Amino acid sequence: MSDVCIVGIGIHPFGRTEGVSGLDQGVFAVRQALADAGAQWPDIQFAYGGSDAAGNPDTMVERLGLTGIQFINVRNGCAAGGSALASAQMAIKSGEYDLGLAVGFDKHPRGAFNALPAEYNLPDWYGEAGYMITTQFFGAKIMRYMHEHGISATSLGRVSQKAFRNAVHAPHAWRREPVSLETIMEAPMVSDPYTKYMFCSPAEGGVALILASEKKARELGKPIIRLKAVTMRTRPPGSFEVFAPSIDIAGNSAPRGSATRIAAADAFRMAGIGPEDIALAQLQDTEAGAELMNMAENGFCRDGEQEAWLAEGHTEIGGKLAVNTDGGCLACGEPIGASGLRQVYENVVQLRGDGGGRQVPGNPKTAYSHVYGAPGVSAVTIMER
Amino acid sequence: MSVIAEGLFTNEHPPRLIGGRNRVSGRIVFPCPPGTDYEPWPLQRTGRLWSYTIQRYRPKSPPYAGPDAFAPWAVAYVKLPGETIVEARLTNVAFDRISIGMALELTQIPLDPDAAQPVLIHAFQPVSALS
Repeated sequence: MSDVCIVGIGIHPFGRTEGVSGLDQGVFAVRQALADAGAQWPDIQFAYGGSDAAGNPDTMVERLGLTGIQFINVRNGCAAGGSALASAQMAIKSGEYDLGLAVGFDKHPRGAFNALPAEYNLPDWYGEAGYMITTQFFGAKIMRYMHEHGISATSLGRVSQKAFRNAVHAPHAWRREPVSLETIMEAPMVSDPYTKYMFCSPAEGGVALILASEKKARELGKPIIRLKAVTMRTRPPGSFEVFAPSIDIAGNSAPRGSATRIAAADAFRMAGIGPEDIALAQLQDTEAGAELMNMAENGFCRDGEQEAWLAEGHTEIGGKLAVNTDGGCLACGEPIGASGLRQVYENVVQLRGDGGGRQVPGNPKTAYSHVYGAPGVSAVTIMER
Repeated sequence: MSVIAEGLFTNEHPPRLIGGRNRVSGRIVFPCPPGTDYEPWPLQRTGRLWSYTIQRYRPKSPPYAGPDAFAPWAVAYVKLPGETIVEARLTNVAFDRISIGMALELTQIPLDPDAAQPVLIHAFQPVSALS
């Protein structure tokens, strides 16, 4: 079976862009990705598009050209972009197509996402009583994790500090000013133990990836960046997810299962490599603690080891596993439809050696991305140069 | 005074929360899901604090139906041994006295303490607290 290659990447800067719709930010990214691939829109045989709050992705054919292509819209919570990519690579793997597009964009109002109970199969009282809030879940989840595994609040602060420091060198990032650890720790609490610098914000942005069969990639003459594995998985019994009026009591024998653990294990199995073979990783960091928990859930360290990893700088650019090299969601914000694809965009930049001030040294050959969404969906990619 | 929804509490004094027990697997959840897979299962009134956070800003309305005036509140996950871990407000305890593992019991608190006709929601409080 042919490997699927990424031959073109494009991004509309994340953050806030007044006067430009989410869809047009997606179109901007597509045009940039086409130019990067050396392809024209009529060459594109199919597209998968993800957007949560900025309209139907397929309507961008009006801007790009009415070529009649297959264009399928994807909605999968925060994993929408990852799901679009998972679908797009399968279309090429199947042998049906040689060249296609995965695109994601979004444009959210300011403030926390406004979720309604009925969208999550929950009773109305749950929202009326004030539980329909993602930050509550994030706070309660990390509070338990810190208690069980000896993680300090300072480690949470270090994650945010690293995010803003890395983003200084990422032109597509939103918050590109370094923030001191002291400022992060002393900022107002949002949901304990998280201060305002430890949460990402809903934002805007667009990302496009052009995917090709290996044969087509060679024709286009681009550096061969292979997708060795793409998995999208949903939660197992007993997982601790957002918007949970109750959680199952877990046994003591094994860690609590999660969609991420399944997606990661399956991706490593498909790629035929292990976590120790990965040079850099983009891990879902909606909040600072998520990056820490996702280091363990994706298999990069054991629960509790993050405390030492952060103190010793193992996840810095230049550390043994660079994590969130463009500042992640903490510095880029989270336009839901585009967020998972941004991670893959950043990995391609790094594998090509185009990271500039944030380039991971040592000529990295493998990169990993992980996106997580409500209520318990995860998508993982493993890429290889 | 009325409760925020039907089917959350038993009619006992003091009331218990009504969970649901899966008729096949025995899994216990809260609240009791609609349909026939789960049978109503009154949950024990006492448990221990499993995790918590403090809600520091007023949630958006809709869906939040509480008062416009806002003061931070504690949100708990309470482990009811052998049953499930229930999400609930945590009341009658100062934020800096909250600690994971503390013994808690079920109570009811008004969603809006100043309302003429308060609506009750479920909450837990330290076992020693006066109800």
